[in-house]
Amino acid sequence: MATTPPVIPPLAPNATFLDTNELIINMGPQHPSTHGVLRVILKLDGERILGTECVIGYLHRGVEKIAENRTYTQFAPYVDRMDYVAAVSNGLGYCETIEKLLNVEAPPRARFVRTILTELNRISSHLLWLGTHAIDLGAITPLFYCFREREEILKIFENYCGARLTTHAFRIGGLQYETYDGFDQQVRAFCNQFMEKIAEYETLLTGNRIWLERTKGVGILTAAEAIDFSVTGPLLRASGVKFDLRKAQPYAAYSEVDFDIPVGENGDTFDRYVVRMEEMRQSIRIARQCLDKLPEGPVMAKVPKIMKPPVGEVYHAIEAPKGELGYHVVSDGSTQPYRIRVRPPSLINLQALDRMVRGLLVADVVAVIGTIDIVLGEVDR
Amino acid sequence: MPTIPAAIEPFIWPFVYGAVILLVFPLLAGYIVLLERKVMADIQVRLGPMRVGPHGLLQPLADALKLLIKEDIIPTLSDKWIFWISPIISVVTALVAVFLIPMSDKLPVPDTNIGLLLVLSLTSVGILGIILGGWSSNSNYPLLGALRSTAQLVSYEIALSFALIGGLMLAGTLSLQGIVMAQKEQAIWFVFFQPVAFVIYFIAALAETNRAPFDMPEAESEIVAGYHTEFSGFRFALYFLAEYANIVIVCSIMTILFLGGWLRPFPNVAALEFLNFAPALVLLGLGGACLIGLDRKPSKPQKLGMIGLGGAFILAGLACLLPPVMEAVHGLFWFMLKVFMGVYTFIWIRFTLPRYRYDQLMNIGWRWLIPLAIANVIVTGIVMQREQIFAALGF
Repeated sequence: MATTPPVIPPLAPNATFLDTNELIINMGPQHPSTHGVLRVILKLDGERILGTECVIGYLHRGVEKIAENRTYTQFAPYVDRMDYVAAVSNGLGYCETIEKLLNVEAPPRARFVRTILTELNRISSHLLWLGTHAIDLGAITPLFYCFREREEILKIFENYCGARLTTHAFRIGGLQYETYDGFDQQVRAFCNQFMEKIAEYETLLTGNRIWLERTKGVGILTAAEAIDFSVTGPLLRASGVKFDLRKAQPYAAYSEVDFDIPVGENGDTFDRYVVRMEEMRQSIRIARQCLDKLPEGPVMAKVPKIMKPPVGEVYHAIEAPKGELGYHVVSDGSTQPYRIRVRPPSLINLQALDRMVRGLLVADVVAVIGTIDIVLGEVDR
Repeated sequence: MPTIPAAIEPFIWPFVYGAVILLVFPLLAGYIVLLERKVMADIQVRLGPMRVGPHGLLQPLADALKLLIKEDIIPTLSDKWIFWISPIISVVTALVAVFLIPMSDKLPVPDTNIGLLLVLSLTSVGILGIILGGWSSNSNYPLLGALRSTAQLVSYEIALSFALIGGLMLAGTLSLQGIVMAQKEQAIWFVFFQPVAFVIYFIAALAETNRAPFDMPEAESEIVAGYHTEFSGFRFALYFLAEYANIVIVCSIMTILFLGGWLRPFPNVAALEFLNFAPALVLLGLGGACLIGLDRKPSKPQKLGMIGLGGAFILAGLACLLPPVMEAVHGLFWFMLKVFMGVYTFIWIRFTLPRYRYDQLMNIGWRWLIPLAIANVIVTGIVMQREQIFAALGF
């Protein structure tokens, strides 16, 4: 095999040997810490980052196009495959959007159960984020503790609907299944033990000097920039903007429970860490209140077997673990949607990456990718 | 039996010992890897390797075999000669340094009057293997890894050496055997005289061996596998061996200079003579533990494996009770115990702490450790010469 010599870009005519080239390296799509198949092209001066460019699409499956060839009911399981670590939230957003289009409302019991499962899902999504974020920063062990607790949540999902990851837990109009015997006790037991476990993670990380040095002041996003980039979710709240769709446009049973929205001050990686940790505690609080108030009654509203929503369009957004997850559904009156457009929080939050890492070091890129908390299934769809 | 010429005679036992190191040390390194995986698993609420042999005890052999029969890849665009020789540089220097370490007073280790200096120089030359390996791969991630290694190892070597000087001033010799004997004569481990130097040495040693929280050169979440990204199969195994050999070396130097080498605790107190039975007791205890846990093993082969293991431990323990064997073994036992406590701490730290960033690492090295180490040397000098200083000042 003929060998080709390495291509070295020519230096400027009056350059000396002290002048250095910029180094362009590819991070991903097969890199241990780009959380899947994200490819980031880094332009480096030594280890300092001059610019980045994200190349996405390695996990593109055409979910939105598939929707146009499926009925409304048939498409519901597909949304679970977008943000696969928060499948319940995706399902909730889709079901509520179609309910809005059909002008039906899920019965109260269904709304409360949905809220419980969605909050548990938020915790499991945040646990995955915490574990991988810590591993990106070199702390290998928290991942296993996080997965231990995540397993408990997945067991609850499995007991409820038979699936662990891509759950398809909800149906348009409510729930297919009534809660199983012992649901209440299992969720309560989880809530109780989780509050102790979260304190355990904090002893490993929150006060750790190395953790503080690696996260404080890294990847700063000011409130104005965050709004300009239209980032949502914990990123936006860590920048000091108190915006949460669960309070701003309450859906499911959120208007009937009491919880706080944690906000940060500096908008750095550490604030985002603190905000997410506090969000997990608030999720426990919401789940407990929902269990206390869980009404009796049917879990399924009356929806036609063959759904033909009236001509029109609707946009509905929920607060997914990663930010605002919106569905824009256009109906032409047939059994299949004319167009479904998903507003994926991961994709839009990822756009702030370049702004956040410019001028930092290579090690900070993985910290910032970790703190944005992307899921490539949702970025590419 | 033919008589051995007097010119060769002193070299025979060191030569045999060197051959034994060459054969046994890779195995020991393999078992340190197993220890690391087991401790990691324990910290991470898992079991770790359990399948190959009882409690995964044959895992290192399986791993070595796997690495040996893997395809040997040399990247097309690499600088082939340098790529070929750089893991060899690393592993040869590391093994020679291991050979020079007196693990016991009974071993035929050459006693040179520059022993410590020689070991340090050899580990410094070993860094060349890392730099050249990363550079010759002609690939971006290894290049970044090699650059980081160079900067990190060069700067931490300064702190490491200054920390050692504190201990050397007390010992008054560079001979490794001499340092241990000095601690016996002064009847104290130097760690109690030099706690600051000990801490600085430990931190610098973590950085020097590329261990967390200073494992930048091979930070896998950032630059994949660092300098050895392009190495595969046996070449990778050589780097791996060199890395673990370096861990043993820094822990051994720590043991020799600060923790009394092969001496048992309180070597001059005759009342504690019974501590010489410790190796036998530990081996017997291990054997007993194997046999007690026997009925928790589900299958017959596992039971037989445990019986074999327990029997071997008990036989070795009984052998250690014989006076000549005990005499030969207890120095090695105490030395290994101290070294492995160091290794265990390395592993423990690795799985507890996050990783420092490259610039923060440099800050710690240059702004904290090096000035502190120099200050420690100065203070040690002043304290040692206090009488002359007081006299000169007219007290």
